[in-house]
Amino acid sequence: MADTPQTPGNPAAGRPLSPHMTIYRWPATMMTSITHRITGVGLSLGILILAWWLIAISNGPDGWNAFHAVMNTPPGLLVLFGIAWALGYHLLSGLRHLAWDLGYGFDKKLSERNSVLIFGLSFLVAAGIFVLVWTGHAGYLQ
Amino acid sequence: MSSAQSPLRRTRNLGASHSGTGHFWRERITAAALVPLSLWFLYAVLGLAGTNVVTALRFLALPWNALLMAAFVLTALYHAALGLQVVIDDYVHTAGSKILLFLLVRISVIAAGSVSLFALLRIAAF
Repeated sequence: MADTPQTPGNPAAGRPLSPHMTIYRWPATMMTSITHRITGVGLSLGILILAWWLIAISNGPDGWNAFHAVMNTPPGLLVLFGIAWALGYHLLSGLRHLAWDLGYGFDKKLSERNSVLIFGLSFLVAAGIFVLVWTGHAGYLQ
Repeated sequence: MSSAQSPLRRTRNLGASHSGTGHFWRERITAAALVPLSLWFLYAVLGLAGTNVVTALRFLALPWNALLMAAFVLTALYHAALGLQVVIDDYVHTAGSKILLFLLVRISVIAAGSVSLFALLRIAAF
């Protein structure tokens, strides 16, 4: 009676189990898939900051200063960098999803390469935005 | 195998999934719309970064900019609600928590949308 009960799904039962996600080597496409979802959730929260930004502007100088007092700090800038990267990533990866929906880009080698490309480009987009601001090339609407 | 429901009726509305392909299709339509809207948004935010509140007010008070910003916020919120619903569907398996989270998402989306539109109206009237 000390034997483990022979229930389905019990590893001790000696039956083959459906392979778990953890035993796979993570291919680039798996990374891009979960990252697309994570950046999507992150951007959903980012819209709340956008709503705050709009309200802050509508409040005039006080609102504008209050917004900058929070966002122009190391944690605030980190959040903004995260949003910039997530937007770049979700946009690029989203374009690939639309291409997939049309039936393009399913080749194994190609989708592996595109995954690496999307990761690289998304960081370039985020870094590019921050470099433009820091080198004084932003703010052109003034 | 016979059913009182005709295949067309099932495809149009209430199949096994309750809603057919409507959710999938709306997610794609909003995604496609968000491609140009996001590019405009990046142009706008980069152009306003490091300026001042007067510049931001003048820019967002212009009708086309106000409309594009409203379109971007509302489309992004709709797309977010559709996406978050899929995430909840995938990871939350108890009916109670699921309904609660759906409600939370919908209320947040309506709140964020109302706040943004109100702010844009206020800026336009500035």
